[in-house]
Amino acid sequence: MSMPFYVAPEQVMKDRADYARKGIARGRSLAAVVYADGILVAAENPSSTLRKVSEIYDRIAFAGVGKYNEFDQLRIAGVRAADLKGYAYSREDVDARSLANNYASILGQVFTHEMKPMEVEILVAEVSAEPAGDQLFHILYDGTVMDENRYTVLGGEAEAIATRLGELWSDGLDLQGAVRAAVAALGGPDRALGPDELEVALLERTTRRRAFRRVERHELLSLLPAVEATADPAGAPAEGGD
Amino acid sequence: MTMPFFSPPDDPGPDFAGLLRRSGLAPEAPTSDVAARMPITHATTVVAIRYADGVVMAGDRRATSGNLISHRAIEKVFPADRHSGVAIAGAAGPAMEMVKLFQLQLEHYEKVEGSALSLEGKANQLGQMVRGNLGAALQGLAVVPLFAGYDVLRGTGRLFQYDVTGGRYEESNFASTGSGSLHAGTVVKIGFREGLERAQALDLAVTALFQAADDDSATGGPDLVRGIYPTVATITAAGFEKVTEAEIAERFGDLIEVLAAREPAIPGRLPETGTDTGDDV
Repeated sequence: MSMPFYVAPEQVMKDRADYARKGIARGRSLAAVVYADGILVAAENPSSTLRKVSEIYDRIAFAGVGKYNEFDQLRIAGVRAADLKGYAYSREDVDARSLANNYASILGQVFTHEMKPMEVEILVAEVSAEPAGDQLFHILYDGTVMDENRYTVLGGEAEAIATRLGELWSDGLDLQGAVRAAVAALGGPDRALGPDELEVALLERTTRRRAFRRVERHELLSLLPAVEATADPAGAPAEGGD
Repeated sequence: MTMPFFSPPDDPGPDFAGLLRRSGLAPEAPTSDVAARMPITHATTVVAIRYADGVVMAGDRRATSGNLISHRAIEKVFPADRHSGVAIAGAAGPAMEMVKLFQLQLEHYEKVEGSALSLEGKANQLGQMVRGNLGAALQGLAVVPLFAGYDVLRGTGRLFQYDVTGGRYEESNFASTGSGSLHAGTVVKIGFREGLERAQALDLAVTALFQAADDDSATGGPDLVRGIYPTVATITAAGFEKVTEAEIAERFGDLIEVLAAREPAIPGRLPETGTDTGDDV
């Protein structure tokens, strides 16, 4: 009978983390931004049918980057958990924090116990009546949870994008300002992203029950800087944007 | 509450009722003949009429338990989702539970699948729920809904009736259900024309409920003392919209004026009989 090789736990965890990070870095990144009238989630996504951002519940959205089938499974589990909880108790009892905790424990469990960690980073966002009450939970492949109340970036290039977004973000941005900041940060100084490469959705601070709304191509076109002005990475207000 | 994960063969897909069953949360059917043992609250007359822009749905506000009026302001017309509505008649408890489940089912499907069901698909879903309630119906808890919506693909209003077995019957112009449906249906049948305007369709619905209340004791008429009027909603390309109470009150005001002018025989103005004239002299 052969003895298994001894591998230090530190090495196991490091290898798993490297593996997950590599998988995540292969895909495009995503940014979520709190603005005056809600939360904006913008993702670089060339597909118009396979979504990275979606609705979980009345005021809660989900976004994922990395391996599609893995974060989509998590998305559906989230919708199920939220709908079951709302049915069993009340719609008011469904909240982003509890969903984020659930996700964190699942990702943590998979990271330490399964053959392969999940190659995903996910976001659970909840809009409230005031911008100060908005919640962004950013959950990593190993179950680490980070909560933000201004903006957050998911994906392989998160740090560079977050630095750019930090320079462009300000308190009380309007929708156009938020879209331009997020898109400029995602694209960076060398690339101007057009509506066909973007998926944008909002959690609107409305009194309607369901706050989630997708920003379709024609509307997005009117929010982005005009084509001739897209060379400006800061997304400064451009003429003809309307 | 933990997150529900399923292995591929067990996965309920976008089916919320299936998810409830797997999670042990599905409501159970009663085991004995409930209606024979105790009075059960019943909801009564609802109508739906197709008109130029879509569909009008209306329901009275009375709920009865035997000879008692158990509620005077119960709601029987609900939005199912953005472009459809459901109205209920029958045992009120299971009916409301069914509406709640139906609403959740449509929303759950939309979220899981990323696109909404077709109007036909929604109508079939409701049929399955009614059939699922057959056990309870046999114990005296029958639910008979009416489903109507705006079909965004065809650009027209459509309406569906059901029976307790889940039988689904699409009607072309109007539908009614509940104890006063015979009277309400007749009024709508006589007044219906192709391409009714919104105001005409609302007037027709209001008249139908008024006449049903006149002839059916379980159907409530407009309660002028408490200011309770039937629930009326329109479903058009713009979505489900409740008609304001003020507008319904106004339409009832007009209707009562017309009726009063037409019939002198309202209370206090009964034609004088022989004995009455004798007293007067």
